Amino acid sequence: MSAGRLAGPAIGLAVTILLLLLPLTLRGYGIYLMSLWAVLTIAAMGLNLTLGYAGQVSLAQGAFVGIGAYAAALLTTAGWPLALGMAVGVGLGLIVGWLLGYPALRVQHHYLAFVTLGANTLLFLVFRNEDWLTGGVYGIPGIPRPRIFGLATDDPLVFYYFCLAMLLLVTLALGLLLRSPWGRAFEALRENPVRAESLGIDTRRYTLLAFAIGSAVGSLAGTVYAPLVQYIDPYPFALGMSLNLLLMVVVGGSGRFFGPWLGAAIAVLLPEWLRFSEGLYLVFYALLVILVLVFLPGGLMGIAERLRLGRRPVAG
Amino acid sequence: MSALFEVEGLSRRFGGILAVDSVSFSLAEGEILGIIGPNGSGKSTLFNCILGQLRPTAGRVRFAGRDITGMRPSALARLGIGRTFQLLQIFPGLEVRANLLAAGQEHRGSMAGRLFGPPDAGLAEEVERMLAFFRLAHLAREPAGSLSYGQQKLLDIAMAFMAGPRLVFLDEPAGGVNPGMLAELGERLRLLNRERGASFVLIEHNIEFVMGLCSRVLVMAEGRIIAEGAPEAVRADPEVIEAYLGG
Ligand SMILES: Nc1ncnc2c1ncn2[C@@H]1O[C@H](COP(=O)(O)OP(=O)(O)O)[C@@H](O)[C@H]1O
Ligand SMILES: [Mg+2]
Repeated sequence: MSAGRLAGPAIGLAVTILLLLLPLTLRGYGIYLMSLWAVLTIAAMGLNLTLGYAGQVSLAQGAFVGIGAYAAALLTTAGWPLALGMAVGVGLGLIVGWLLGYPALRVQHHYLAFVTLGANTLLFLVFRNEDWLTGGVYGIPGIPRPRIFGLATDDPLVFYYFCLAMLLLVTLALGLLLRSPWGRAFEALRENPVRAESLGIDTRRYTLLAFAIGSAVGSLAGTVYAPLVQYIDPYPFALGMSLNLLLMVVVGGSGRFFGPWLGAAIAVLLPEWLRFSEGLYLVFYALLVILVLVFLPGGLMGIAERLRLGRRPVAG
Repeated sequence: MSALFEVEGLSRRFGGILAVDSVSFSLAEGEILGIIGPNGSGKSTLFNCILGQLRPTAGRVRFAGRDITGMRPSALARLGIGRTFQLLQIFPGLEVRANLLAAGQEHRGSMAGRLFGPPDAGLAEEVERMLAFFRLAHLAREPAGSLSYGQQKLLDIAMAFMAGPRLVFLDEPAGGVNPGMLAELGERLRLLNRERGASFVLIEHNIEFVMGLCSRVLVMAEGRIIAEGAPEAVRADPEVIEAYLGG
């Protein structure tokens, strides 16, 4: 029992040390991958709130990363500080995410998946076709790295620590949010919306909030993504990223707080490990997803839980 | 004295059938009213029309002097009207304690308070009381879905009372509860009525259970109220016997 209680903090400490020290041993590309992992984890944690906690399917999270990325790219290339880009990106994410929630008040499950998929396409078309604002297919080059408290982050390693700090901040904020009555209301909405409503939980309002907050976290990730890659065009924000983020949440463990950390690690590392297989990478990935969906409804975090609670039956 | 709760000419049509046919009744503060009737006589539909789950085709509903017809369930709950459903409705993946917290947290304070305030929304003591009252304290940290059916049923009812409602609608609270637990459940409900002053409307098939709890009973058949009165009198009414045997 006491060993079990120490397992959480021990793992947390080990992971923290790894995240702080491992990049010191890596070169440019490895550091880039770890930075990408941190950014995608932020976006996946946002989706995990909407999907995993509140039970609302969204296939538009990648487009929200795009909203944040374009906000940051446009403002910082025009000479404004990244902080402004973040504020605008998150604000836009909140508003558009709130609007995306309205269809969820009418349709659920795979119908909702289709509606949000349509929204993703719509936003992609805006990124691609509104050249006057977004540069269209030519994209926006030369996105500068920010200065944080006067410190330049042009060095990849320094920028990585900035990404990591953002991830830790988001993790802390989401942890507090999900522990609050709001978090409980989201879970009640997922578990049984009819019962939740009959107990005074305004399910309409919490549905909209779940979309708004989860999407805004995706946009926040986008505002870090833009200075990471330093050049954006519309194509990463087509369906691919949304699907990838969805898989990160599902593989890591939907509704598991640290699920996206694991899911994003696999999504970022797997293509590297499977490089030898060339085109087969997607096949392996698809297989992994199918295996997880069939055998591990709790995702990879679900295994950890089962090990920890070995004696207890897993609630259905 | 005006009634705490009143239904006037409530009807609900599903395609060709009139599932609830101009039902009117009222309830005094502190009363426990029973509703009985054969399966399919419209009892659950009546509840769902009153409680915002379904839109009534016609009729009005008043609570504490206020017209509440067509209000959303969450708004009714926050006015002090609790309910349970005919089929068990809990949050199976959440701990028992979290089920009770979720049931009580929206009834006071503001949205900001629920975001920045204490995680238990100031309900820790009330949860303890409710757990003890329904003898679920030893299960507080278990996922609600892992409880036995009877325990889940008690939890479902406990959730309806978390916010201290003035009026509670119970749809077949004794359904599927084993006989040993039934007496216990009746006793809990009687205590909630006496000590907290909550009024009840309860649908129930178990006639003994109704007799023990209610001072007045309505009998529904084919969407209409066909008899009303003290439980003993209603049970002897030939029209009621006919409705049950004919149904
Ligand atoms: N959602 C619905 N759509 C169509 N018909 C319904 C619906 N709900 C109930 N009914 C019908 O209304 C009638 C009353 O059902 P119900 O209120 O569940 O009865 P009770 O609770 O008294 O057993 C039944 O004939 C039932 O088939
Ligand atoms: Mg019924």
